[in-house]
Amino acid sequence: MAIDSEVLVVGGGLAGVTSAVAAARAGADVRLVSYKQSSLRQASGLIDVLGYVGDEVVVDPYDAIPELHEDHPYRLVGVETVRDAMALFDETVDGYHGDHTETNALLPTHGGTVKPTARYPAGAAEGVASDDRDTLLVGFERLVDFDAPLAASHVEAAGAPFSADGVTITFPGDLQADAKVTRYAKLLDQNSPVAVDGQKVDTRTALAERVAPHLDGHERVGFPAVLGDDHTDAVRATLAEELGVAVFEVPMGPPSLPGLRLEDRLFEALDRSGARYEVGNPVVDYEGEDRIERVVVERNGSRVPYSADQYVLATGGLVSKGVESDREGVREPIFDCHVPHPEDRYDWFEDGVFDDHAFARFGVDVGSDLRPRAAGGSVEFENLRAAGATIGGYDFAAEKSGSGVSIATGYAAGRAATEDLT
Amino acid sequence: MSDSADTPTEESFEPTEPNTGEEFEPVQVFPDEGTMDLRPGADSCTKCSTCDTNCPVAEVDDEFPGPKFQGPEQWRLKQTDDGDEFAIDDSIMDCSNCMRCDDACPSGVPLSQMHNEARGEYVDEQMSKLSTEYWRNRILANYRTSAWLASKVPRIANVAMNFGPARWVMEKTLGVTSEREFPAFATETFSEWWAAQGGAAGSRERARDARERRGEPLDADKKVAYFHGCYSEYNTPEVARALVRVYEHFGYEIVVPEQGCSGTPMFANGMLDDARRHAEVNVSSMADLVEEGYDAIASCTSCSLALRQEYPELFDIDGIEDVAENTFESIEYLRIHEDVRGALQDAEIEDELAEEFAYHAPCHARNQGLERQAVELFRDLDGVAVEDVGDSCSGISGTYGWKDEKYEKSMAIGEEMFDHMEDVESTTGMTECPTCSMQMEHGTGYDIRHPIELVAAALVE
Repeated sequence: MAIDSEVLVVGGGLAGVTSAVAAARAGADVRLVSYKQSSLRQASGLIDVLGYVGDEVVVDPYDAIPELHEDHPYRLVGVETVRDAMALFDETVDGYHGDHTETNALLPTHGGTVKPTARYPAGAAEGVASDDRDTLLVGFERLVDFDAPLAASHVEAAGAPFSADGVTITFPGDLQADAKVTRYAKLLDQNSPVAVDGQKVDTRTALAERVAPHLDGHERVGFPAVLGDDHTDAVRATLAEELGVAVFEVPMGPPSLPGLRLEDRLFEALDRSGARYEVGNPVVDYEGEDRIERVVVERNGSRVPYSADQYVLATGGLVSKGVESDREGVREPIFDCHVPHPEDRYDWFEDGVFDDHAFARFGVDVGSDLRPRAAGGSVEFENLRAAGATIGGYDFAAEKSGSGVSIATGYAAGRAATEDLT
Repeated sequence: MSDSADTPTEESFEPTEPNTGEEFEPVQVFPDEGTMDLRPGADSCTKCSTCDTNCPVAEVDDEFPGPKFQGPEQWRLKQTDDGDEFAIDDSIMDCSNCMRCDDACPSGVPLSQMHNEARGEYVDEQMSKLSTEYWRNRILANYRTSAWLASKVPRIANVAMNFGPARWVMEKTLGVTSEREFPAFATETFSEWWAAQGGAAGSRERARDARERRGEPLDADKKVAYFHGCYSEYNTPEVARALVRVYEHFGYEIVVPEQGCSGTPMFANGMLDDARRHAEVNVSSMADLVEEGYDAIASCTSCSLALRQEYPELFDIDGIEDVAENTFESIEYLRIHEDVRGALQDAEIEDELAEEFAYHAPCHARNQGLERQAVELFRDLDGVAVEDVGDSCSGISGTYGWKDEKYEKSMAIGEEMFDHMEDVESTTGMTECPTCSMQMEHGTGYDIRHPIELVAAALVE
């Protein structure tokens, strides 16, 4: 006997969860299986749709989508589907801002660059760069991933319409040099008493007291994104109240708490949708010819069959190992779907770091139905669709389109899988 | 060929010929059979720190350097030419062996295997065998021995083990916290009950009756070997009895082979020799049964994880891989082979278990991909509600939270779970892990049940 569902989604990132939620809301009995935690913790937690076309910053992603090449995933699913998919995200995932407009927001990052993005966590809202309030960025001495004075001068140099200053303080409680970001977050979440000058003071108050002398007329304060995990809204509110100014978080590099929180919000949405899910064991194989009959999940050496009517492949791209490469070639490891790539591996990349690399667009080849296609253009399996970074043909890092493509193709694949149920 | 070529010296080095000169010292680059090769794992680490963000200890204690250091970084340090000069860092004993880092790593680094190896080396070579810590840990790790003794006189043991002055002495002399209450010992062990039920022969008969009732072939190949673990044997035999009823209801014949401790508390305390002794007993009895077509099932998620993962990672025992591949958690196994979901959808709970349960997924269940199965299964069962209390660790991690110096850390880790449990309306909790259930009860006063008890109540009683 196999563990059975109508739609089986393989992969638990933004694309997989979105497709499972979309399918469940359309009425399907859905199961999602994911090998590992997703790569969201390596991501900023910002939800971009389209930030750049070529070298040009995009103001309105929906206006710019028709300028993309016709095989781009956005062109394949169509602008209206992208809109509908973002509406599903707004409706089901808590804690995000930016849906009041179709134009991009500009968010300062921990490097001091300004990123165009469609949605951003509530915690980053007071930090938007289009706002002209003067800004103080606060870094913590032992949290070396965020250099506040450097980030402040970068933001100013990027042409932000406000003045920015940076200051580095010691986080109260004298944490060890290699304290994890989760340690900072936990102290603030629990508001545990920490020792300051021989006295026990609540962490949030102690932090506000250290920042207060540097306020100097600034109207908002940005901290590295470690302001709590479970109770991040309360942490920000306390700090804002004690400082008397607006408080925001600057998205950080990996491991990223905004990414972790987004993952939690997504799985809450998944749970509410009624879909079933499990994380921890890989799909390693499948059975079937033109149709996938079952997939095989490996659990500590035992092979457990999972069957479904329709399947969605959302295992990610090169980073998440949904697409793999070695000296011989590039492949999709579960179903062995065709991944177009130059035969000579020296043609996979260019010499300059920021050049237009071929590998950035590696992924399975799909048509507008999102079914992976073999080298000759025929459909690989009639009941398999791909979503997210597993799909090739676009460079999400250069375009700043990773989240949007995952949401749009995930939505489209989940809906189409449900419509196709026999 | 000249004579000199037959007797190579340093001067006449011949790259294509065997060199037997005394100057040559062979370097072992491949591990001996039976020793672990952790290099591929260490090389896979990209230092992304995902493991560190999953570590429940690092979250509450910034003195703890985290799994990335304890695993690949420490291992690499030890491999350098003067690696022998590096002692294992003391902080290895602060790792609780929750093994969440394993599940977290996107690159497949065997973190817990590295931690187990380092902890074993630390205890072997750096911890004094005369220290209180060593003996305290050894006594805690060998819970089975204490439990076996106590089960001979359960009523006396229950009073004596929680006698205030005795506990004070245990804390002061051994460092076992007096904050916790020892779990009660059952007046009848599972094995005593099982023997009274006619053992394997009785089970075969009952299973055949069930198959007949279910319209299944009488000779169906439905045979399981039950690894009950120490806790179901001595403390909560009601869990083991529920498992027996459920499996026989589905037509399975059960055998209960000779078994020791799974080794879980021994791994966590770096007592690898003790663990191996028990593993040898377990593998030897399970391997024979697996050969005969039995699958091994466990109701404790730490036991099933030990047999599936830690055994093949740490030991080289005949048949160990076969046992690992054929071991399952008890509800997981039913989900794979039976339509439990359908059966539960048609059932209803009306008795004392008609409750809202605060469900906590043990870290070791998480490691097997089982953290959602109770929530998922009971979603459609009328009369009950199961509320997931979140993805935090309970904090007790077996013997960890019993140690006086770890008690506060253990409770700080558990705080998030306690908070979420308080949000649930009833005062009943649910988990698969015996020590998580101790912690849940200790932190909230809730009564804690095992999911298999609920399956039994729904389908059998």
